[in-house]
Amino acid sequence: MIQVQNLKKTFGPKVAVSGVSFKVEKGEVLGFLGPNGAGKSTTMRMITGFIPPTAGEAIIGGFNIVDNPIEAKRLIGYLPENAPSYADMTVLGFLSFTAELRGLSGVAQRKAVDRAVEMCFLENVLHQSVETLSKGYRHRTCFAQSIIHDPEVLILDEPTDGLDPNQKHEVRTLIRRMGEKKAIIFSTHILEEVEAVCSRAIIIDRGTIVANGTPAELKRRSNQAGAITVRLASGSAKAVASKLDALSGVDHTVVLNESPAAVRAFPRKQTASDDLARAISDLAGKEQWSLLELHTEEGRLDEVFRNITLPDTKSSGKESK
Amino acid sequence: MKPVITIAKRELTGYFASPVAFVFIVIFLMLSGFFSFMVAGFFERGQASLEAFFAWHPWLYLFLVPAVGMRMWSEERRLGTLELLLTMPVTPWQAILGKFLAAWAVVGLALGLTFPMWLTVNYLGNPDNGVILAGYLGSLLMGGAYLSITAMTSAMTRNQVVAFIVSVVLSLFLILAGYPPVTNMLVHWASPALVDAIASFSVMTHFESIQKGVLDSRDILYFLSVMVFSLFTTGVIVRTHRAG
Ligand SMILES: Nc1ncnc2c1ncn2[C@@H]1O[C@H](COP(=O)(O)OP(=O)(O)OP(=O)(O)O)[C@@H](O)[C@H]1O
Ligand SMILES: [Mg+2]
Repeated sequence: MIQVQNLKKTFGPKVAVSGVSFKVEKGEVLGFLGPNGAGKSTTMRMITGFIPPTAGEAIIGGFNIVDNPIEAKRLIGYLPENAPSYADMTVLGFLSFTAELRGLSGVAQRKAVDRAVEMCFLENVLHQSVETLSKGYRHRTCFAQSIIHDPEVLILDEPTDGLDPNQKHEVRTLIRRMGEKKAIIFSTHILEEVEAVCSRAIIIDRGTIVANGTPAELKRRSNQAGAITVRLASGSAKAVASKLDALSGVDHTVVLNESPAAVRAFPRKQTASDDLARAISDLAGKEQWSLLELHTEEGRLDEVFRNITLPDTKSSGKESK
Repeated sequence: MKPVITIAKRELTGYFASPVAFVFIVIFLMLSGFFSFMVAGFFERGQASLEAFFAWHPWLYLFLVPAVGMRMWSEERRLGTLELLLTMPVTPWQAILGKFLAAWAVVGLALGLTFPMWLTVNYLGNPDNGVILAGYLGSLLMGGAYLSITAMTSAMTRNQVVAFIVSVVLSLFLILAGYPPVTNMLVHWASPALVDAIASFSVMTHFESIQKGVLDSRDILYFLSVMVFSLFTTGVIVRTHRAG
């Protein structure tokens, strides 16, 4: 549905996006991650046809956004960063205007507006002018605009920015539900959101894709991934750690709590963590440990994110000094 | 065509939701009344014509039209709604035309509301209504020309004040190039042919010739080409400097 090939954008000497390629099919929700200034919004702006790419192309449902902009734009619903809307209009007026621009009129337009209003919980502010709305409501108004024509492709730049926890939850549920039938790209700085909503995530840093995979795959890149945590009801950590270190599959251990013991064992490269878990469970039986917890770490996205993007941020920080 | 109307409708609600349209119309009516009655001596002339009324329009529009048009694109840029508008399934031309026509309609409405002037001269005497109609048409065309220049300057910046000042200066050039006190001065330095050539770029020359009641196609063509040129340039600016 969305096909991005080698997309590139330079602003004068500055390279904002340098050669990004990916595909999103119907039924997929792609999370777009990356530090500030990585080029997420710039990429989205090129896909939606707001700014022309310096090189490369974006194809939406078979239409090239540069060559067939109108056909491609018809398929897209877009929530720009900061959710702009016409301050002098009422919510109803604004939504009717965007519906009309999308070619909806009469009963179809009214139905579309009603549907979007209901999905974004805007009933209470329908006749209020946009400039008097709170930030969250303004955001929801612009979000409603993006789904008003039930588009096949949704591009959402930080859709949960500025929403309260309940609304964040609603929007995530909505995105996941819509993701079953649409191709969705959304950017976010909230990593739990990626795990909760995305079928795939891309991490972009300084204009290039540095990681691309399902949230589970990405998490597996974490240092913690595959480590086995053992927590006992009693006993000292030192004794437990030395027993664990003696196991052939253990690379090293980290003491999490001295007493009662909690220890994390990291498997050797060639050891599968399930095998290690079994070995530890056998050991616990033999030693008659009173086990409270024995679990395999899945890895954490925030750690992966930091490992992938932090070295760069640090070095670029030094450069600029 | 449909998106043009949709956008024009939105713009019009914008003009009337904010006081821009009302302020413009009221000030235009007050100033045009003041200049024709107090300064130009509408009654003292003893003529049944609107000449005194129209004579001030190039100067009135110089400040009032940019004030109407300055928000056209700069506001859109400032609020970020340009991103919304240009990612809708509309072409930049449709947006440019829709916005321009809405602003022109506001100018036209203000001009139309001066109809009591027309009633007055018809009550007092027997004016040549053909000449008056030509005057209104010329005035509307001139307003459109100024407005298209404002559209262009407003597309360049997110700052309305800058858009206003630049378009006043550009429009002032278009007036002065054919303003008799200036052309009379220019003839001392340049050949009359050159002065005439420069004057032919002036709104003044063409507006005055329409005022005489002669609807020359060259005059109409002049105003139309100013509009086409400015709106075309607006299109180029909007397309090339979208994100800035
Ligand atoms: N119009 C522009 N002119 C010049 N540079 C720009 C322009 N727009 C973006 N940039 C630069 O391009 C880079 C990428 O910006 P972009 O807005 O895409 O980042 P982002 O990933 O969306 O960041 P954030 O998480 O803060 O939203 C930044 O370094 C930014 O300064
Ligand atoms: Mg961004």
